[in-house]
Amino acid sequence: MSSVQSVVRIGIAEIGVAVFPKVIRTVGLGSCVGVVVYDSSLKTAAMAHVMLPDSSLAKGMVSNSAKFADCAVQELVEILKRKGSAGKGLKSKIAGGAQMFKLKMGSESTRIGPRNVEEIKKQLRRFHIHLEAADVGGSSGRTIEFDTDNEILTVRTVHQGTLEI
Amino acid sequence: MGPYNDLNSFQLDILREVGNIGAGHAATSLSQLLNRRIVMEVPEARIASLTEVTEWIGGAEQLVAAVFLRIEGDVTGGMFLIVSIEEANSLIAYLTGNSEISLKNEPGLSALQEAGNILAGSYLSSLSDFTKLEMKASPPELIVDMAGAILASGLTETSRFGEQAILIETSFCEWDEIRGRFLFLPDPDAVPTVFKALGVCANE
Repeated sequence: MSSVQSVVRIGIAEIGVAVFPKVIRTVGLGSCVGVVVYDSSLKTAAMAHVMLPDSSLAKGMVSNSAKFADCAVQELVEILKRKGSAGKGLKSKIAGGAQMFKLKMGSESTRIGPRNVEEIKKQLRRFHIHLEAADVGGSSGRTIEFDTDNEILTVRTVHQGTLEI
Repeated sequence: MGPYNDLNSFQLDILREVGNIGAGHAATSLSQLLNRRIVMEVPEARIASLTEVTEWIGGAEQLVAAVFLRIEGDVTGGMFLIVSIEEANSLIAYLTGNSEISLKNEPGLSALQEAGNILAGSYLSSLSDFTKLEMKASPPELIVDMAGAILASGLTETSRFGEQAILIETSFCEWDEIRGRFLFLPDPDAVPTVFKALGVCANE
């Protein structure tokens, strides 16, 4: 493997896709969850940086499906299909959903991390996507990178080092 | 499309002045706390995407110490006091007069958290006096982690309104050793309230 890999970067509340040999990465997940859905046969992975559990929390129009856990998984599947996936046998890895703050912030912000995780798991079941690995919860920020070649999700934290799942 | 596409430069100037008043009072508090001269920079007010906000402080992965307070009342939003790790340790050493105390131990964490509380308190109370609007801060919370993770988690309420946030940023420094920033991120629906209180048209 070449040491110079090209990286697809996903910003907050954004969605994107990487095809081998590219890797896909998002930084600074706190209560947000990084969801990777991938098709092994195509060495193609789509990632979303999900911020909120439910699109009904939106005040005004929902303009961005990547931001909400209840919309993002469907969008990831559609992106993979546009890249040629049959949509069968898809797998997923997720990370994030920490509780960064102990305090209660606004009525809907309580436990936002765990609620993001619960909703994503529910959506993965709905689309028959197998959850291969997860590193969720806790109170640390995470940066994740998914390698389309070996399907390893590298999770980096400031306080607990690096984990490969 | 965000909710702020129609904020004009005059309104951004007003928000800059909001930052000027708030951070000016906070800088005075810090100066009294440390018995040192604190220089405040000209505030910036801008509309930024959520990604831009989280990339602000030298990248979303940058390790920082942040004191966060959620603001409730007539005006809602988030307030962050953000310093780098080195600066946090200098600030703690000045505050406690003991160079052994740092972010690595409990007295250091408490000192920084309390400094954040005092500074954010004077920021908010001066704004509250100026606008006659109620602003209550939650208890402060100190977090040492990736800037992006902290900012995004503090922005969950704001993110319900769209893809953008209003960022009012003021930097302060004490020559070379202490440098920090205040970020005030009013929730989108709080901004017309602020304009109305100041007699500025909110172009509704």
